[in-house]
Amino acid sequence: MQQPAEGAAKTAVRQAPPPGPAAPARPQGRSHPGNLPDVLFRATTLFFAGLVLLLILAIGTVLFAQAHLAFSHFGLKFLWTKEWDPVRESFGALPSIFGTLVSSFLAILIAVPVSLGIAIFLTEMAPPWLQRPVGLAVEMLAAVPSIIYGMWGLFSFAPIMARHVEPWLKHHLGFLPLFQGPPMGIGMMTAAIILAVMIIPFITSITRDVFALVPAMAKESAYGLGATTWEVVRNVVIPYTRTGIVGAIFLGLGRALGETMAVTFVIGNAHDISLSLLSPSNTISSTLANEFTEATSHLYVSSLIALGLILFLITTIILSVAKLLLWRIERQVVGSVR
Amino acid sequence: MRRHGGLRHRLRKAANAIMMALSGASALFGLFWLFWILKDLIHKGLPAFSLAFFTKLPTPPGMAGGGLVNGIVGTLLITAMATLIGVPVGILAGTYLAEYGRQSALAHAVRFVSDILTSAPSIVIGVFVYAILVQPMKGFSGLAGALALAIIMIPVVTRTTEEMLRLVPNALREAALALGAPYWKVILRVCYRRVLGGMTTGVLLAIARVAGETAPLLFTSLNNPYWNFNPLEPTGTLNVTIFNYAMSPYDDWRTKAWGAALLITLGVLATTIVARIAVSRTQRLGSQR
Repeated sequence: MQQPAEGAAKTAVRQAPPPGPAAPARPQGRSHPGNLPDVLFRATTLFFAGLVLLLILAIGTVLFAQAHLAFSHFGLKFLWTKEWDPVRESFGALPSIFGTLVSSFLAILIAVPVSLGIAIFLTEMAPPWLQRPVGLAVEMLAAVPSIIYGMWGLFSFAPIMARHVEPWLKHHLGFLPLFQGPPMGIGMMTAAIILAVMIIPFITSITRDVFALVPAMAKESAYGLGATTWEVVRNVVIPYTRTGIVGAIFLGLGRALGETMAVTFVIGNAHDISLSLLSPSNTISSTLANEFTEATSHLYVSSLIALGLILFLITTIILSVAKLLLWRIERQVVGSVR
Repeated sequence: MRRHGGLRHRLRKAANAIMMALSGASALFGLFWLFWILKDLIHKGLPAFSLAFFTKLPTPPGMAGGGLVNGIVGTLLITAMATLIGVPVGILAGTYLAEYGRQSALAHAVRFVSDILTSAPSIVIGVFVYAILVQPMKGFSGLAGALALAIIMIPVVTRTTEEMLRLVPNALREAALALGAPYWKVILRVCYRRVLGGMTTGVLLAIARVAGETAPLLFTSLNNPYWNFNPLEPTGTLNVTIFNYAMSPYDDWRTKAWGAALLITLGVLATTIVARIAVSRTQRLGSQR
């Protein structure tokens, strides 16, 4: 992988070291008395590496323990109960789970074509002098803090949605159940668009890295046969990197599912399940952000932590799938080159 | 060979032109949002900047004047504490991956987990720290906020450190070992020294990443409208202030929220750009040798 690794998102593509030169011969015989500092240093690094491993287990265990009260009170029904009523202490996760899944799914629908487009632009089309600044600008989009997207979304973007985009949609597509209700500007659709903008840089940078793995020989052969740039992309680059692209999409999905501040500002915070994209909704993370400090009873706090546990499990599974897919393409490429 | 200008040739050319135009448009679409957000931030945030904004404490709700100095200092303090906790852990874990673990099953597991933690929802980490620190200590604290941010930093620093150490040529390690240096000394005096620049910028990137985080602070460090230098007390931060002020009905508070948003964004973007340019420079140097 020649591409300089840039951006947090890229960690996902970075890989196990190539089987390159053998590890340096290390001093043998650990029992040698002069080796004590060596043993200690090794043990220290091992301890902290193990700590990283323990961290994820600890998060899961602690959340599980704290969610226990909610699950023993409501049973598994908690997962598909629609009601969320702090006054009557009746809690169900369904509206938040629904909002989380739908907003992320919509965000992926918007973000994937755009991200692929940018990655194609950066790897196959842009002249070298344009690649760096455009690439850097896209990375900047990832560096802007989530709360800035939220605040900007609420004060700058939502009013435009309310005044122009949503009335237009209602006028032309209002017969669909997707576009019912007053155009308030905040709601599922606005949240999904902001989420999409936030995950575009993550999907883009991984797709770009993965595209860079395609052997130049394969592309040049196709160009040599007279293929156009688009034909090379469609018939060589994309088939070669399909696993990696799917991995990038899963990573973007994992990010979207857990995104908090941006969504909290613009989704409207209503524990409703509605088909309409214009109506206010809620996600797991926005429910946590809004209600955690206000939760007074043990059952309320436990129900919120149970929501957190559900989110943690969903994102861990999605991100694991992403990681495995990206490992696979990496191995496939290393294998085919050697 | 097909004659140039044939129908099929022209169709292929047209398809190519359309797809390339679309991919160029996607790039413009991405840039468009960045510039739109930055424009609004500067336009609405700049008027909030004044001497008082940087030097005074907040005024009671609805009263004009005052500033956010507590939030500025709080953000700096919590980020600094997070760095002190997270960076050593990350560097040592990364050292294990690059120098000892390498291809072992444990090393692969640690890589896998740290890549997942890098993208894990930050609010869940906030809930975790709430459960292990805020509840037992019966109070919100700056320390809890710092621990949450540190947990977000650790996987980032771990992977950057490993990346950087891997750029050190084995010949260098072998040369030092051949001179009789113990391996731990080789790592500390040869490998670390070689990648000092790269690691510093990696740490800067991790700091930039957490400095803008709000979700994990909401129920760990909470907020505090006064000066606070005690890490066991709730601590005000710019990020949580933005959340509270932006949702408030007061115009003055909203203006201040925009100012805080601009300040945070400028800080984070400037750090990221500097670190990014430096990182790609070290890696270019590394790959040339």
